[in-house]
Amino acid sequence: MKVVLKNIEKRGYKGNIDSYLKEGGYNAFKKALKMKPDQILFEIKKSKLVGRGGAAFPTELKWEFAKKCKEYPKYVVCNADEGEPGTFKDRIILENDPHLVLEAMIICGFTVGAEEGFIYIRGEYFKAYEILKRAIEEAERNNFLGKNILGSNFSFKITLFRGAGSYVCGEETALLDSLEGKKGQSRVKPPFPTFVGFKNKPTVLNNVETFANIPEIILKGGDWFSQIGSPLSCGTKLYCLSGDVNRPGVYELPANITLKELIEKCGQGVRGKLKAILPGGVSSNLLTDKELNITLDYPSVQKAGSMLGSGAVIIINDSRCIVDLAKRCAEFFDYESCGKCAPCREGTKRTREIFANITQGQGNLSDILLLKELQEVMYDTSRCGLGQAALNAVRSIIEKFPGEFKEHISKKKCKLKICPM
Amino acid sequence: MSLAKCERELKMVLKECGNKNEALLPCLHVACEKCGYLTEEIITFLAKELNLPPVEVYSVATFYSMFNLQRQGKYVIRICVSLPCYLRGSKKILETLKDELNIETGQTTKDKKFTIEAVSCLGLCDKAPAMMVNKEVYGNLTPKKVKKVILQYKAKR
Repeated sequence: MKVVLKNIEKRGYKGNIDSYLKEGGYNAFKKALKMKPDQILFEIKKSKLVGRGGAAFPTELKWEFAKKCKEYPKYVVCNADEGEPGTFKDRIILENDPHLVLEAMIICGFTVGAEEGFIYIRGEYFKAYEILKRAIEEAERNNFLGKNILGSNFSFKITLFRGAGSYVCGEETALLDSLEGKKGQSRVKPPFPTFVGFKNKPTVLNNVETFANIPEIILKGGDWFSQIGSPLSCGTKLYCLSGDVNRPGVYELPANITLKELIEKCGQGVRGKLKAILPGGVSSNLLTDKELNITLDYPSVQKAGSMLGSGAVIIINDSRCIVDLAKRCAEFFDYESCGKCAPCREGTKRTREIFANITQGQGNLSDILLLKELQEVMYDTSRCGLGQAALNAVRSIIEKFPGEFKEHISKKKCKLKICPM
Repeated sequence: MSLAKCERELKMVLKECGNKNEALLPCLHVACEKCGYLTEEIITFLAKELNLPPVEVYSVATFYSMFNLQRQGKYVIRICVSLPCYLRGSKKILETLKDELNIETGQTTKDKKFTIEAVSCLGLCDKAPAMMVNKEVYGNLTPKKVKKVILQYKAKR
């Protein structure tokens, strides 16, 4: 069952407007134009679609809050600042089926009463940027964008906006600041962007994959969508498999598949012997081979003590030193912390220092306690998701591989000879 | 001098955005693309046009890793060092690059042709290890493949 990749996986599909129209493209929008905004909201509510960027917030609620706001103008923003290590699903969608995202944004604009939309695309996605630019021009020529679209009194325009190499801009409020021409630093929530967003106006902000589900929901109905997957997690999910796996790639599957099935059927097994899995990129807690049977939906992964996030499943085999990997994660967050709030700015820095010490044979057993404490403080007090989740992986590594940690610290030895002891 | 190379384009972007603050990032992109890096002249020009203190423009310019205040090489090599690429051997790729070009990460070759940048995930994890040379993507790299790519660029004028 494909919802998001239905066109992309068809042979000969080019992703331009002609092939999109041939596959029934923009029919969802034409249907939506004849519906009342409340009817559209009702279909999305029935679909139980939740945000695919990582937070899994009900999409319908975002749209409804923004629609009910009496402030004007309103904005629609598509978050295409895909930066979580291990995530590349949005790139696949944008490069191969850009009109799917445009159509969904237009439907969103019509529903909530917005006349302007932005796609915030990460700076390094040069190819996707060019493809989207062309797609917007095509849509404008065919009057799916512009003034009085298809003879109605609804007008909508979409502007492309390039990020400039900052991971934190994937966080919604940092993205909005960046869109306003500032440094990408997160804002205090609440107020949420649905009420106070771009230029302090109501703004619907959704991930690329979330938007990509909308046209099918409008065409086939919310009930149809909610039948896919499991009642706890409706619809399909794009999983990005990477790391030590035989066939890395993006796989769209109903959200009731198990981790084991994903690795074995889609990824054709692990390269080497499995050691650990990061189910939601470097911000998620590590899972081990004991947890292979969990279902890859949001609540189940959470119950197993981790999070599905954006669906970046990174496989790690037993030739990897887990302390070395933890150090890598710590370096990443130290580099990407925006520096606005003290817990994250200082916490990521200290974590990096602690790991530098441990991997050079200068660790102290008290470091383990210190890291746990840092994780708790950062989780509780950081301003945005980056700082809150920065030490998730580190914490789970300490808990699940205590032996390897202690060996590095007390024996000053890296069994796999990876760390420069 | 640097401003002369991009003033016309910058004014176009500023006009499109109605001289509002939203124009800042697009302007910095244009300036970097046209001049290779951001000079004091460009920063003060943008500050004046957008009615911002120069320090505000400077702080934005230094916040984002894609904007540079130093002259970059003609070919900027962005190599991903995040976990998925690391698991597939990005460390060796980076070593090969450094050896081939005889510079460290973050440096530019003397002939101003190449710059190596170690960057966070490029979203190319299905082709790991991966790198970009300017806008071009290179995936499933091996040291041998990297050497070949560098040779190709060295041959270009």
